[in-house]
Amino acid sequence: MPMFSHEARLKRQAVYDLLFRSLTRVSAFGVLALLVAIIVSLVVGSMPAIHAFGFGFLTSSDWNPVNDKFGALIPIIGTLITSGIALLIAIPVSFGIALFLTELSPRVLRRPLGIAIELLAGIPSIIYGMWGLFVFAPLFADHVEPWINKHIGTLSYIGPFFKGPPMGIGMLTAGIILAIMVIPFIASVMRDVFDVVPALLKESAYGLGATTWEVMWQVVLPYTKVGVAGGIMLGLGRALGETMAITFVIGNAHELSKSLLMPGNSISSALANEFTEAVGELYTSSLIELGLILFFITFVVLSIARYMLYKLGQREGQAA
Amino acid sequence: MDIEIIANPKITIKDLNFFYGNYRALKDINLSIAEKMVTAFIGPSGCGKSTLLRTFNRMYQLYPKQKATGEIMLDGENILDPKQDLNMLRAKIGMVFQKPTPFPMSIYDNIAFGVKLYENLSKHDMEARVEWALRKAALWGEVKDKLKQSGTGLSGGQQQRLCIARAIAVKPQVLLLDEPTSALDPISTAHIEKLIDELKEDFTIVIVTHNMQQAARISDYTAYMYLGDLIELGETSTVFTNPKRKETEDYITGRFG
Amino acid sequence: MLNLYTRRRIYNAMGLTVSVLAMLFGLFWLCWILITLLDHGLPALTPVVFEKMTPPPGSAGGLLNAIAGSAMMTLVGTLIGTPIGILAGTYLAEFGQRGWMAPVTRFINDVLLSAPSIVIGLFVYEIYVVRVKHFSGWAGALALSILVIPIVIRTTENMLRLVPSTLREAAAALGAPQWKVINFVTLRAARAGIITGVLLAVARISGETAPLLFTSLNNQFWSSNMDQPMANLPVVIFQFAMSPYEDWQKLAWAGALLITVSVLTLNILARVLFRQSATTH
Repeated sequence: MPMFSHEARLKRQAVYDLLFRSLTRVSAFGVLALLVAIIVSLVVGSMPAIHAFGFGFLTSSDWNPVNDKFGALIPIIGTLITSGIALLIAIPVSFGIALFLTELSPRVLRRPLGIAIELLAGIPSIIYGMWGLFVFAPLFADHVEPWINKHIGTLSYIGPFFKGPPMGIGMLTAGIILAIMVIPFIASVMRDVFDVVPALLKESAYGLGATTWEVMWQVVLPYTKVGVAGGIMLGLGRALGETMAITFVIGNAHELSKSLLMPGNSISSALANEFTEAVGELYTSSLIELGLILFFITFVVLSIARYMLYKLGQREGQAA
Repeated sequence: MDIEIIANPKITIKDLNFFYGNYRALKDINLSIAEKMVTAFIGPSGCGKSTLLRTFNRMYQLYPKQKATGEIMLDGENILDPKQDLNMLRAKIGMVFQKPTPFPMSIYDNIAFGVKLYENLSKHDMEARVEWALRKAALWGEVKDKLKQSGTGLSGGQQQRLCIARAIAVKPQVLLLDEPTSALDPISTAHIEKLIDELKEDFTIVIVTHNMQQAARISDYTAYMYLGDLIELGETSTVFTNPKRKETEDYITGRFG
Repeated sequence: MLNLYTRRRIYNAMGLTVSVLAMLFGLFWLCWILITLLDHGLPALTPVVFEKMTPPPGSAGGLLNAIAGSAMMTLVGTLIGTPIGILAGTYLAEFGQRGWMAPVTRFINDVLLSAPSIVIGLFVYEIYVVRVKHFSGWAGALALSILVIPIVIRTTENMLRLVPSTLREAAAALGAPQWKVINFVTLRAARAGIITGVLLAVARISGETAPLLFTSLNNQFWSSNMDQPMANLPVVIFQFAMSPYEDWQKLAWAGALLITVSVLTLNILARVLFRQSATTH
């Protein structure tokens, strides 16, 4: 009799084990299902626009709800340009911050300063947008853009890109604010990968008489280049998909302008501004197709980023 | 404590103390390193032999809370003088570490890296220098056809010889070797030991080793350290056959450590 | 030789100076934004903000319904997302050693972690709002929960991996079945880290605007019915800030200060909590 109850108990435990295991597996599977569901729902939602415009959607700069003509060119270009500006600013600054945090900072300041930079990532994007619109843009329009017009706008070749009315809002402003937002992401990945560089490797370079700058630039950076590139791609992924901060300051103009000082549009801000007000199947569907394009671009960029970071992680594993 | 009189000292250490925070890792060390000879530091782990080695190029200065007091004279100049230019010092004193540390660049660039820090050589002269260093490190024959390949692709023993070549390429006066064979197989170890014997024609060599036989095989002088004290320094043959101090004898005969 | 060396030292000094400047550059924006928020937000943050509903254009009022709506949707979103995230994270750390599924899930999860939140809003709009034909608090909470899941999965897996395997072995050696080992030993040992992850997820979603635009929309009045369009702080801030009315803009600043303070507090709290648990172990 005691034997019997023991056995029953064991059997019950085995069932619980199986249940629990299946539950976790179903949850994990849910993540994959989620990805598929996102793609499918966006594709289904875009079907009317895909049927109506085909591949021309990607290359057309039309955006006319009145006669139902839509094209994604302007938002796509706006998204790429603002993210490009953001990276141009954010990459060197992030490298400087990571260098400071790993090599220069006094030990007591290292943690608080690291947290301060990470808090920059914690501030909600809508706050960046408000601050950008009400504080940054007016100052930029009054003090910086006239200078840009006068000194850079008059240069040959690059001049036309920097000529325009000093309005404060536009692609350049959006890019700068994006830069501030992605700096913490890139800087913290860079700091983390710099931190795993073996001390002996750095000592070897210092032992030859190299300066801190030379050690960072010629030894640490080449050693961590895959991880650093991963961090940059991660920042790019963030910048491409960022919505609220840009919506406030980009100007939301469906026009293709050469100048970075002119208002433009990005995929995300077009969605945020127009989606709830869009009437008609084709209009809504075109916006959803914009979302699909955005998801596709960021998916590719983020996949590359993760792949690079995994590769670095694997090398660490082998070395250890 | 009686110090062996060394006829031709390259480095002379007086009253050296070293601190990790409040912990005193080296206690009033006095010793001399003979020029163009091999001096080995031996002792159980934690005795301070690596710490002592790292004061010679002030590598400890990379880390906060580590400091050294006293005097380390290199050709009449105090290494520990705060005014001493660290990079120039490290150009004169090369170092090779426990594990091979090839930089993430080609074999050629690994060697050229240090040279470029101090000298503006023409392409031709640089090639000559790289070949010279690789020949000195007995690596030339194995890598001469793949100089453009990454240094990280070499075997462990080859990587360590690459690091030695990199260190001697800048023509230092002193070469510090911190357990250079501890991560290597016996055959690579034999390679490196033979190399050390040849290198002492040109360089003053200080080696830290946990392997007593190695010290006996390759060094001219041996210093035995224990718990931050220098117990005994003498000619290697004397230290191993007829040590003056009881502690040294105990360690060498394997009674502890 | 000296010439080369002098040049190297100048480069080094320049590089390090730029590095210090970069650090100051980062801190500068943080301080500027925080000061702006305090400057505009504090005067606007009167008790009325917590007592009255959002006003019609051009008149005074408060943010009570928006605060309540945000709290409800954040809570529901967290309640839906956390268990799924913990279970899936457990699978990745404890069961997923073999096969293709765990690595693929981990990869997809890491990508979803940084996916644009506005697309998540679109997704929920497509699969839920279109079906029920109206915006609602449920839709908003659903969108937020999709943002919670990847964060919780990531931290759960990381924290479980930090638990020494000797602990699992010790429990298993007593004859405990695996589900008990995981639920009563491993997950418990990793509890502080997992809570940190949940707090960070809450911090992240309580500032999110984009996914709510097409899901919960907004509601000018008090609504505790999750099946109705629901007011929430971020969207109210968005609408009020973009409006030409001064009263609305003032309320937007008050809301912005509220959100930022709570998000940053949650962030710091999570770090402190995690650090404490890390030092007591």
